[in-house]
Amino acid sequence: MIRCGSAIGVTLDQLPLGTSARIAAVDWALLVPEEAQRLRALGIDEGARVRLAYRGVFLGRDPIAIEIGRMTVALRRAHARAMTVEAEAA
Amino acid sequence: MTRGPCVAALVGNPNAGKSALFNALTGARQKIANYPGVTVERKAGRMILPNGEPIELVDLPGSYGLQTTSPDEEVTRRVIMGEQAGQAQPDVLVIVLDSSNLEQHLVFAQEVLELGRPTVVALNMVDLAERDGLVLDPAALSDALGVPVIPTVAVRRRGLDDLAAAVAEARGRVAEHPVTRPHVTLPERRMLAHEMAHGAILSETAKHRIHAKMDRVLLHPWLGPVILFALLFVVFQAVFTWATPFADAIDAGFTALGDGVRGALPPSLARDLLTDGVIAGVGSVVVFLPQILILFFFILTMEATGYMARAAFLMDRLMAGVGLSGRSFIPLLSSFACAVPGIMSTRSITDPKDRLTTILVAPLMTCSARLPVYAVIIAAFIPNRLVGPGIGLQGLVLFALYVVGIVGAMVVALVLRRSVTKGAASGFIMELPKYQLPTVKDLALGLFQRAWIFLRRAGTMIFTVTVALWLLLNFPRAEAGQDQINASIAGHIANGLAVVVEPIGFNRDIALALIPAMAAREVAVSSLATTYAVGAADADQQGKQLGDQLKARWSLATALAFLAWFVFAPQCMSTIAVTRRETNGWKWPGFMLAYLFGLAYLFAGATYWTAVALGWG
Repeated sequence: MIRCGSAIGVTLDQLPLGTSARIAAVDWALLVPEEAQRLRALGIDEGARVRLAYRGVFLGRDPIAIEIGRMTVALRRAHARAMTVEAEAA
Repeated sequence: MTRGPCVAALVGNPNAGKSALFNALTGARQKIANYPGVTVERKAGRMILPNGEPIELVDLPGSYGLQTTSPDEEVTRRVIMGEQAGQAQPDVLVIVLDSSNLEQHLVFAQEVLELGRPTVVALNMVDLAERDGLVLDPAALSDALGVPVIPTVAVRRRGLDDLAAAVAEARGRVAEHPVTRPHVTLPERRMLAHEMAHGAILSETAKHRIHAKMDRVLLHPWLGPVILFALLFVVFQAVFTWATPFADAIDAGFTALGDGVRGALPPSLARDLLTDGVIAGVGSVVVFLPQILILFFFILTMEATGYMARAAFLMDRLMAGVGLSGRSFIPLLSSFACAVPGIMSTRSITDPKDRLTTILVAPLMTCSARLPVYAVIIAAFIPNRLVGPGIGLQGLVLFALYVVGIVGAMVVALVLRRSVTKGAASGFIMELPKYQLPTVKDLALGLFQRAWIFLRRAGTMIFTVTVALWLLLNFPRAEAGQDQINASIAGHIANGLAVVVEPIGFNRDIALALIPAMAAREVAVSSLATTYAVGAADADQQGKQLGDQLKARWSLATALAFLAWFVFAPQCMSTIAVTRRETNGWKWPGFMLAYLFGLAYLFAGATYWTAVALGWG
């Protein structure tokens, strides 16, 4: 699914550390159903405003932690790769 | 219709502070058991209403919604709906919300409120929200939700009386018909939650500063793992050094008790049973209570502060390397205390293959029951000297034993994930809770519960096994000039078994200790103590400490092989039982038993022959 956005193709895992963005689209087909449900339950869904706060250690810099609202959630890059983000209108 | 006492239940998202609130409301009057048919822990306690009437309070597993993804969440849903066997439907629901995270927590709250049950909302951890610059208006939230909202700070005991009064009031209300708003979608609930959360804000300044500052250090790409590793190292050093004075005091107490009994009673076999069997046996295990409490102190503190989730984050990449996730790290770390709660806490792992692998490797984590065994052998055979500033050789050896267990678990997990538990790699999605100062009371309660479990084991199972072993060691009585142990029933069994364990450097006494150690690993110590007390030639030798006895009878190579055996130590019965329950059958506990026996035999043998080659035989 392609949506109009200012930065088509940039996924959450490519976001520079410390930047905020809005989740424009989520390719749910890339995620295991239970994990998709858990992400949605945590409010990580289309339209959510997130900030890439921490990146993991070792090779691949996995996992990552994002801030959403006043919550910090850890997830894998594989999940972030399913989420297209767009820069927030300041 | 007759029914039991009034029941109230705490519901809410994970990390809403439910357990702290539960502890504050019920005090030490708690009952922990399992829901029938499932392996989800049921925590219930007595709460006193303002009019003095006691009601039952149930702490339900944290949940993100009534559409469930794990057995824990399923229990929460069923209790709320009144469908859970063995649990009356709660008369009052207490929704617990994290004040700093309303937008998130109000999503599930709406779902619960739509059921129309008498409900009260606890706006918990208002102090943390204020610390982060968020001031809330409970009245506005109450208007929006249509139920009473009570601000609480569970850990500081604030708002508890108001909450109890609100529960008493809510009980008088009749359950309404469920609000029939068909097809309320998740985005709609989220939108409403957003509106309500913002409507309740009186003032808001900079966001979660302290929290973020701490994470910047503790989750730092290379500083974070260094801190975690250093912390774990301190824990194991502390277990050895801090506990010594307390352990010495307990030891002296039991010795004095044994001497007192020996002096007060005429010499007889019954007196020997009391002193050599009961007092020496139970005493040799109880002496490890301080070490176990110190270990649990660190684990409970890490959980209560919120650091445990950071440790999971830091470890995720490493765990992913062997096909697990950071989520497995928490059950595995708990297994350092005991594999039984560790295996039970694997329920939070949603992926079944992931969960099975974690269960199978959990016993490789050095549990606290192995600590007595390690402690006795290390104290007897490893010289107590410093190898660096503040680093004792004994603590270092202990640390190494833990590391071998961890590396073993990783290798086994890697092999299992490529063979018997093959499947798609699992993910890792986890909320990192806010940092919190744990309260002394909650820690003390947790420690008290662990101490009680340990002492009860020492008083029942360990007592029984020790006495049984003493009887087997003393009958039939030896002829004059014959060795008592060789003449006894236990001696005959051990002599048979000794043939099997001889190639890995074990003597008859070890073979004798291994059998009762299946009941509980720490019994290996009391068994050795009883064996050497019975086998002692004269009173002078009998009075010798177990450590001295071992030093006189074992070679260093045998001692090291014994330690290696216990790293992979075949299961205690409780672990096998809990594995059977969690995996629904005998297949996996059987597999676990077989592979652990194999590994233990192999590694003890390798250690023994290496040590002999080095001239330590």
